Amino acid sequence: MRRLKPFFTFGLLMAVFMLSGCSDMIVLDPKGPVGAEQRDLIMYSIWFMLFILLVVYALTAFIVYKYRDRKNHKGYDPDNEGSHLLETIWWIIPIIIVIALSIPTVKSIYSLEGPPEESKDQKPLVIHATSVNWKWVFSYPEQDIETVNYLHIPEDRPVLFKLTSADSMASFWVPQLGGQKYAMAGMETELYLQADEQGTYEGRNSNFTGEGFTNHTFDVMAMSDAEFEKWASETKAHAPELSKGQYDKLMLPGHVKEMTFSSTHLDWVDHATNAEYALDARERLGYEEKIPHSRAAKEEKKKREEEMKKLEESESESHGDSHAH
Amino acid sequence: MKWDEFFVTGDPMIYGADVSIVLTMVGILFYLTKYNKWKWLWDEWLTTVDHKKLGIMYIVSAVLMLFRGGVDALLMRTQLAVPEAKFLDSQHYNEIFTTHGTIMIIFMAMPFLIGLINVVVPLQIGARDVAYPYLNAVSFWTFFIGAMLFNISFVIGGSPSAGWTSYMPLASNELSPGPGQNYYLLGLQIAGIGTLLTGINFLVTILKMRAPGMTLFRMPMFTWSSLVTMVIIIFAFPILTVALALMTFDRLFGSHFFTLQGAGMDMLWANLFWLWGHPEVYIVILPAFGMFSEIISTFSRKTLFGYKAMIWSMLLIAGYSFLVWVHHFFTMGSGALVNSVFSITTMAIGIPTGVKIFNWLFTMYRGKIQFTTPMLWSLGFIVNFVIGGVTGVMLAMAAADYQYHNTYFLVSHFHYVLIAGTVFACFAGLIYWYPKMFGYKLNERIGKWVFWVFTIGFNVCFFPQYFLGLDGMPRRVYTYSEESGWGPLNMVSTIGGFMMGIAFLILVYNMYYSFRYAKRETTGDAWDGRTLEWSTPTAMPPFYNFAKIPEVTGLDHFWRQKQAGKVEKLKAEDIKPIHMPSNSGVPFIMASFFFVAGFGMVFDWMWMAIAGIIGVFGTLFYRSFEYDDGYYVSVEEVIETEKISK
Repeated sequence: MRRLKPFFTFGLLMAVFMLSGCSDMIVLDPKGPVGAEQRDLIMYSIWFMLFILLVVYALTAFIVYKYRDRKNHKGYDPDNEGSHLLETIWWIIPIIIVIALSIPTVKSIYSLEGPPEESKDQKPLVIHATSVNWKWVFSYPEQDIETVNYLHIPEDRPVLFKLTSADSMASFWVPQLGGQKYAMAGMETELYLQADEQGTYEGRNSNFTGEGFTNHTFDVMAMSDAEFEKWASETKAHAPELSKGQYDKLMLPGHVKEMTFSSTHLDWVDHATNAEYALDARERLGYEEKIPHSRAAKEEKKKREEEMKKLEESESESHGDSHAH
Repeated sequence: MKWDEFFVTGDPMIYGADVSIVLTMVGILFYLTKYNKWKWLWDEWLTTVDHKKLGIMYIVSAVLMLFRGGVDALLMRTQLAVPEAKFLDSQHYNEIFTTHGTIMIIFMAMPFLIGLINVVVPLQIGARDVAYPYLNAVSFWTFFIGAMLFNISFVIGGSPSAGWTSYMPLASNELSPGPGQNYYLLGLQIAGIGTLLTGINFLVTILKMRAPGMTLFRMPMFTWSSLVTMVIIIFAFPILTVALALMTFDRLFGSHFFTLQGAGMDMLWANLFWLWGHPEVYIVILPAFGMFSEIISTFSRKTLFGYKAMIWSMLLIAGYSFLVWVHHFFTMGSGALVNSVFSITTMAIGIPTGVKIFNWLFTMYRGKIQFTTPMLWSLGFIVNFVIGGVTGVMLAMAAADYQYHNTYFLVSHFHYVLIAGTVFACFAGLIYWYPKMFGYKLNERIGKWVFWVFTIGFNVCFFPQYFLGLDGMPRRVYTYSEESGWGPLNMVSTIGGFMMGIAFLILVYNMYYSFRYAKRETTGDAWDGRTLEWSTPTAMPPFYNFAKIPEVTGLDHFWRQKQAGKVEKLKAEDIKPIHMPSNSGVPFIMASFFFVAGFGMVFDWMWMAIAGIIGVFGTLFYRSFEYDDGYYVSVEEVIETEKISK
């Protein structure tokens, strides 16, 4: 036991040190009902886990200390090989814990499939989120506008995200608003989120998608309903239309800055039903992925970056500097 | 294919690796030639079918792979130590985490455990070898060649970079062209053949070759855990074989099982992968459980608590292991019912695991605990594994998992179970059975240093990662911004990682130190053990293991004999000629042809692939017409061996 003591002390110190920063951790600091429900479930489970750790550690410390080999050793019983009572106890207690964890888990799983309870009577805002290596395209079908790498949403209103991908399997995640869901080519998944506070939240793809994965991020700006409506109508009036040629260039792997358009790509393609579109677009532009460490790959990358720059210029020229956000 | 595509160029670290590989090769060739060791190498090792030697070769390969995977880990930790570091670029980082994961699971954890199973299980059940010794050699050499094929990727052709899970369509030709991903497919496929054969081999060995009197419920717990593991292998590995073959068709022959085009289904790959991948987790943890059972019982000087409950809980875990794979992708949108069912089955796995923890604790209860290094690792296992266990239950709660998924919370969880479970067990088992393999113990004093430095480093490295995960740090990012605030905890984590690296070096030094200075064991019973492997008169059993097959009367037979003062002495009239299998070079040659075939397929050079495959079939054909029924060891030779060793 003497030998184990520094180890336990160290663990305890570390736990205290880390837990003191708890409230700063973004998953535990949600800004909407979905994230809040998940935070509550996480905290509920953490108490159980701390209890289990406490029991196991206390028992370990007691047994190891009491029955260490020493002079005047007492209570040695080499044939002590089981006890029905004890074994029944430690079959039953974990079963009870699992039941206690299962009930709120299943409840939450079901409730997270729909819009949050508090705003059930509101009509959700629908946004199509499409991942394409390594950018996010957001289409607002009702407002008939499209943004790249940023989102505007009204506060206190549920948002229904329809997720899909043009190529790699991605995962749409805004930690402070709630948990993630996969976006997959040829598939559509749905995710409800809602912001209860105005502000800018970081969103990202959390599922590995290759070279540009680390910067596969976007910003979410939650604002008042009125501000949102104003932004949407101004965008519709002033932003340039998205052309097929521009959209093809978006399909090339790479990063672009934030962009805004007054029409959506849903007019001609929905990646949820057409998984091959991005590959076809790349072929039209004469692009082919190369072996990563080869010289050809470096040249290809340079060419892609130039294309991206041209795309960015074509978007900002047509609506000057009137980025509405 | 151009030269700049064949060789990986442009990175000084890669050139350094090239040079060190060439120097090591030259050094080995020089040593073998100068000291005339070629014949020794061929006769004693390359052609051996002895389970103990194959086991040692498995373990040596696994330690080498632990070094390789560990270097990968430290490169990653160096890159992540500070925000916006420029040590590795994105592509290089992606290759390194892909090879780190694949090597640690497939080429380190599994062979380490299979190596220990090879050395120990036949001895524990009182057998002279495994059921199919020739097949055992095929298993080892296909594993070894698969590992080598995978490992050369970083200097020739480029390493895979789609993650060890290789999710489609990212791993397809369209998004990850070139040999990299092919190395993954072929390396795993070839090594997988070996694992499947091991599964069949040891299943038959344990069921059919136990000493008289050893009923199933008298088997040592490590043998039980090996038996259950083999059953899981036999059911799980064919899934991997098929999945890898389908992806190979997609990449080499233009089929569309998982691709973007032709209505391929990327979700199918994820399902197949984890249908194998989750049982795989139990393949690497159950033998660990078995070892801890042996070690805790031995050094508490007490019989295992709840022997039958230990077995039933293990069988339950094995069954459950096939019913939980969806928890690896709760976020795929399978719907509330599916996620609820898999949430509950996953949490339910915690029940038998919890039972095992309490049974280990109560094995020590009323015992006489000796703090030897294997026991320290076992105690460290209980304390640390529980953290991995409870966070596993947290991850099982699907609604909460939407927030943990793909973050460092998950990374920390699986390192807490795989390191505190599997790696601690590998170290504990290695130290515990070291005298059985080499005839002397590893130094205990240095061993305790290894334990403390490693265990503290492990916690310093991985405990902060839970908090990084809750702070939204995704796994597999190659860098992060200053503003994210993840810098300090990442620095702490990196320091812990290097502590583990130092502990590994001390362990290797301990092997050298003990080789030079350790007292040689004079009996076969180095730790006052309980099971049959300790009953051999010499420290290292002779190649036929037992001159006379023991007759078993109960659990912990050897221990009870010692307690009753009735250990049988071997008499000359008891000895009969011993039937043993002959050595064979065919498995090694067959595996070499596998290498040729694999390398050809990696580079899409079909002439080479076909030549290799013809070679493989040639060796199969040769073996089919080889009438070798082994040989008999004469009574005189046995008597001489046993007397010399007395």
